[in-house]
Amino acid sequence: MFQIGISQPYNNNLFAPGHTACAGCGQSLAARLVLNALGPNVIVATATGCLEVFSSNFPQSSWEVPWIHSLFENASAVASGIEAALKVLGREDEAIVIAQGGDGGFADIGFGALSGAVERGHNILFIVYDNEAYMNTGVQRSGLTPFDASTTTSPAGKCSYGNPTDKKPLAQIVAAHGAPYAAVTSVGYYRDLEKKVQKAASIKGPKFLQIHVPCPLGWGHDTSLTIKVARLAVQTGLYPLFEMENGEITSVVKIVPKPRPVEEYLKLQRRFRHLFRPGAEGELKKIQDIANENIRKFKLYEG
Amino acid sequence: MAQETKTVVLEGSRAVAEAVRLCRPDVIAAYPITPQTHIVENLSQMVADGLLKAENIRVESEHSAASAVLGASATGARAYTATTSQGFLLMIEVLYNMAGLRLPVVLTVANRGISAPLTIHNDIQDSLVARDTGFVQLYAEDNQEALDMHIQAFKIAEDYRVSLPVLIGMDGFILTHSFEPVVLPTQDEVDAFLPSYKPIFYLTTKAPLTMGTKTDPEFYTEARYMLHKAQQNAKRVIVEVARDFKDKFGRFSGDLLETYNAEDADIIFVSIGSLVSSLRAIAKELREKGEKVGVLKVRTFRPFPQKEIVEALSRAKLVIVMEKDASLGSTGVLAQEIRAAFYGNSPVPRLSGFVVGLGGRDVTRETVLKALQLAKESDHDCTFLDLNPELLEEV
Amino acid sequence: MKIPLGGVAAPGSSRLNKTGGWRVFYPEFLHLRCTDCGLCHKLCPEGCIFKADKKNYYADLDYCKGCGICAEECPVDDIEMRPEVR
Repeated sequence: MFQIGISQPYNNNLFAPGHTACAGCGQSLAARLVLNALGPNVIVATATGCLEVFSSNFPQSSWEVPWIHSLFENASAVASGIEAALKVLGREDEAIVIAQGGDGGFADIGFGALSGAVERGHNILFIVYDNEAYMNTGVQRSGLTPFDASTTTSPAGKCSYGNPTDKKPLAQIVAAHGAPYAAVTSVGYYRDLEKKVQKAASIKGPKFLQIHVPCPLGWGHDTSLTIKVARLAVQTGLYPLFEMENGEITSVVKIVPKPRPVEEYLKLQRRFRHLFRPGAEGELKKIQDIANENIRKFKLYEG
Repeated sequence: MAQETKTVVLEGSRAVAEAVRLCRPDVIAAYPITPQTHIVENLSQMVADGLLKAENIRVESEHSAASAVLGASATGARAYTATTSQGFLLMIEVLYNMAGLRLPVVLTVANRGISAPLTIHNDIQDSLVARDTGFVQLYAEDNQEALDMHIQAFKIAEDYRVSLPVLIGMDGFILTHSFEPVVLPTQDEVDAFLPSYKPIFYLTTKAPLTMGTKTDPEFYTEARYMLHKAQQNAKRVIVEVARDFKDKFGRFSGDLLETYNAEDADIIFVSIGSLVSSLRAIAKELREKGEKVGVLKVRTFRPFPQKEIVEALSRAKLVIVMEKDASLGSTGVLAQEIRAAFYGNSPVPRLSGFVVGLGGRDVTRETVLKALQLAKESDHDCTFLDLNPELLEEV
Repeated sequence: MKIPLGGVAAPGSSRLNKTGGWRVFYPEFLHLRCTDCGLCHKLCPEGCIFKADKKNYYADLDYCKGCGICAEECPVDDIEMRPEVR
């Protein structure tokens, strides 16, 4: 039934079902939307992480496109090699080269490789699935974990409110390298996601897309609320969606009708539950300040 | 375009760069580290002058260098990289990955000692660390051999019976930075010997596949066993390729081992790399004085030619292993493997293992003669020669 | 089945793994108020919601994990999650 190169995509999806992602996984949905938006002419290098582990369990694979997984921190470097090989072999028009991964593979352990690849100006689309922790290894804190989130290595406890630092501004760091396109989107806004994916794919050079993907298991919300939680993150101002082209912010997704208070987003998730115990009101205020600052800086809401 | 095979005086690094150029790699990615720098710089100049049509990816670390050539090889391109010491250790993880994914990358290691303490000088501790990765390991004694081995390496790696990455060790500074006359083959000769790379599986939209899967316990052992089998196959392929090379180029600079006057020798020195040249000269001198001394050069360290080494050494009475490495807490690596090879054999020659030349220390005639004298007196497990007692703190 | 060189896997072969067995709830498509918006089809993480014809969607129960996103996101509440009965 399955041979190398022969497969009728299931329901026109280039990311087949039967993968072992959790029910309601935001990342599996985002991966499917991204691939469907890009089409079959891609070659994908993926870093170790949830996406790679649940979709490529030998001898099964959910990928209907040429796909390689090497190691945790080298997806960007492997993609650089793929892009160079296509160029030399005269196969540049055959496919778009994608490097994808999560918090670890791009923001932390793979950060050096990402920076190097962007700086060299390869024609690669880098996609980061931001689920705000190292989910695959058991929900440990990453550089993209937001302020006061409880993870297994930054747990809330008697002496701690969780993660003490805010998210690494990965998209802005990539934009500062001089990348022609760096954007942030969310699986809760699927049209925005598809539009940004297709726009990025059409640009030559290094382009970067960060996709916010809720993780029902790691964040502690019901599996049916994945989209709702993703939308709330944007509507509170905690996760601004924007595009940066050649270093300048060229578009933002405005909050309509008006910004929601952060509690509406935080109370749905077990990882922020500790912020609702008595005495933690100061922390909630700090988080609201982060949201307000984002709204101000990115002009997410005026009036 | 016909050219003449010419003899030129070249720096070792340049000789290697020329050999790599003749093999028509598609993608080169390397991070500079002394003493590999001249190899990479020469290749960069060749690309800049249009003499080599390859993509030269100026990566930001050795880990990324190995990863980039891995990605390029997976896409169907012939790929090459070079490194040493610390850089080699940084890319070890990727080397295991390359071998497991069965990608025929060629890697030059300009053998250099490992920090700490930091040294930029030669010994072979670095590449021996990778002996478990599944890489085929070849070691060169001089610049001609280094040049020839690179051409053979691509052929060995890309042979379907092997499909493993190959590393060539050449002593840093001693070979990489010394000028020797070498015979440079022509492009036509190399093209006739080394066909273009035709992978079985590679990344293409014409035949999508998934590489680098995760395996459950039910599959992992078989996958690793197949790597082990490929290493056994590599033994045959290395010999075949060396013979083929001799036919086409007239030089026998490959194969698993090389012996010098070892057939009737009572005493045989064993070593790897450029040290063999010194041992050969001393063995010749000792023969003239009446001692039946021979030398065994181990050209291929992985797959380890157990049978062939036992065959070459079994008639000797005394085997003296001189190696520029030590597996700290145990003995020298080469000595270990030779002892293990002899287990269960009969008769077994006396064997002494000596550690010399670490961190670029010169291995002199006196050192070798001292080793001979010590080995005659008693068996040495792992004796460091040339120690300066004034520098040693009592421990 | 022999392990191919390098452990490569065939595209789409994960379909052999019928994840429908994971379900505790399944989606019942009521077909009462459907406006053909296609959101359920778009937002299913498994991609297993099919369109039979206009305003007639259904889930492939071989793969549906019962996450409930389709029911939660349907703008006209035309999908309900029912307990799986085995």
